[in-house]
Amino acid sequence: MYVVLFLAVPTLIAIGTGFFDTTGAFTLATVAALGDPVVLTTFFNSFWLSALTAVVGAVVGALVCYAMLGTRPDGALRSTIDSLSGVLAQFGGVMLAFAFVATIGIQGMVTLYLRDMFGLDIFENGVWLYSTTGLILPYIYFQVPLMIITFMPALQALKPQWAEANATLGGTTASYWLRIAFPVLAPSFLGSLLLLFANAFSSYATAAALVSQGSQIVPLQIRAALTSETLLGRENLAGALALGMIVVMAVVMIGYSALQSRAARWQQ
Amino acid sequence: MAAVTGSFTANGVAHAPSRTVRVTVLSLIGLIFALPIAAMIEFTLRAGLVGGYNVDRWVALFQSGFTGVYRPVLVALGNSVALAIGTVIIVMLLLVPTMLLVHIRFPYLRRVLEFICILPITIPAIVLVVGLAPIYTVVARMLGSGVWTLAFAYGITVLPFAYRAIQSNLDGVDVRTLTEAARTLGAGWGSVLVRVLVPNLRRGILAGAFIAVAVVLGEFTIASLLNRVNLQTALVVVSKVDPYTAVILSLLALAFASMLLLIIGRLGAPRNQTLRRRTTVKGPA
Repeated sequence: MYVVLFLAVPTLIAIGTGFFDTTGAFTLATVAALGDPVVLTTFFNSFWLSALTAVVGAVVGALVCYAMLGTRPDGALRSTIDSLSGVLAQFGGVMLAFAFVATIGIQGMVTLYLRDMFGLDIFENGVWLYSTTGLILPYIYFQVPLMIITFMPALQALKPQWAEANATLGGTTASYWLRIAFPVLAPSFLGSLLLLFANAFSSYATAAALVSQGSQIVPLQIRAALTSETLLGRENLAGALALGMIVVMAVVMIGYSALQSRAARWQQ
Repeated sequence: MAAVTGSFTANGVAHAPSRTVRVTVLSLIGLIFALPIAAMIEFTLRAGLVGGYNVDRWVALFQSGFTGVYRPVLVALGNSVALAIGTVIIVMLLLVPTMLLVHIRFPYLRRVLEFICILPITIPAIVLVVGLAPIYTVVARMLGSGVWTLAFAYGITVLPFAYRAIQSNLDGVDVRTLTEAARTLGAGWGSVLVRVLVPNLRRGILAGAFIAVAVVLGEFTIASLLNRVNLQTALVVVSKVDPYTAVILSLLALAFASMLLLIIGRLGAPRNQTLRRRTTVKGPA
């Protein structure tokens, strides 16, 4: 009974908060709102932003992981990179937005440097930092660290025996990577990719601090729907958008856990 | 790491990249990632319109002692710290006993507990807010609209992080044997918990608490959309008035979070294991 009580309280809060509005206010009208062209555009924006930053983040992150192979797992380098990655991946948010304003904002360090040194104006066609395009760089900035955190254990779990077997059978380094490491790592890599996608898809703080007008991606659309005072009954829209996000996240996470169980086969 | 020193292995990993490749990749990417941070520092050191650099803004911020415009930041920082403490208390009082009980007496519930604890990762904070908004109108009516009530929501958002930190420690300690030994020697459940299990799990519990603090101090979404003031929302407000100060404060916060996570890293297993081995050797003497 004691356990049930302690289990039930967090469960009820989690389930209740996650689904309260969507099931409580479940009418066809709210779901129909998802078909609205504006809403569809924001979902589309969220999709390509998340997909692009996930792919770039995954590739760069995997490269860093590869570079860290062979360093001592408990060494100073590894633990420093680990904790810095943790900070950037989970703590950044608002502050990353500031960092990028200081870097490539209108008065940013890199902007000014490029202008003064090469006469290059990165904002020739208008300031893009505060639109969806501007979100790409900050998002990659927190995607790469997350990739490092999630992918490193998989890379570390490659067994030296496989390399020995490969060498005994006359294989080369290239054949080791192509025939053994890549197939073994593929599920982990795809799983991490999905996790990165979900991360970008659900991220709000950076976008909210950077983009103060308009709502080009779904989380910002939810903000607009929640804080809007002009239209009555917009809370339903927020609920519908949240439902849409949950559906996307559920699909992504089911894919993730399927890939994860495949990946676990090689990590014993 | 035993004597596997073939031509293609290093530290037990096969086909590791050569030193040059490693240094090149790491320093290149490290440089790119250091750029925004460097830009933040450069930004805070700019001396007005005339150009040049000085440390006036840093000095001014600390000399004025957060008065005037900066007062809200201090209040917000207080709020965030209070929330962090509240969240840690909730995690410690709810999660730790639950995990221990499941581990010792109801192992078949483990999968369920794991699923519940990982669930908040799949539900984005922005979605959580939609569900929280109506709940918090009720909470505000019952308990007032104090900032501390947010700790309930944060307790959920830190659940996955805290769970993983504690679980990895729990897997490394033979809780069942320890408990049985303590019970055989006549200890009650309370004293088993406080005097045997918690000291053995202090590494995991501490790591879980630190990570909870880091997550809460960095939280923006829920506070901002429920109109509560915490460190991050205050930073956004300050950045509209005085971007320099906002960037200085962000740098300090980032440094603080890095320190917290570095400490977590240092709490890592290897050193502790050698320590334990040494004490068991010393034991019989």
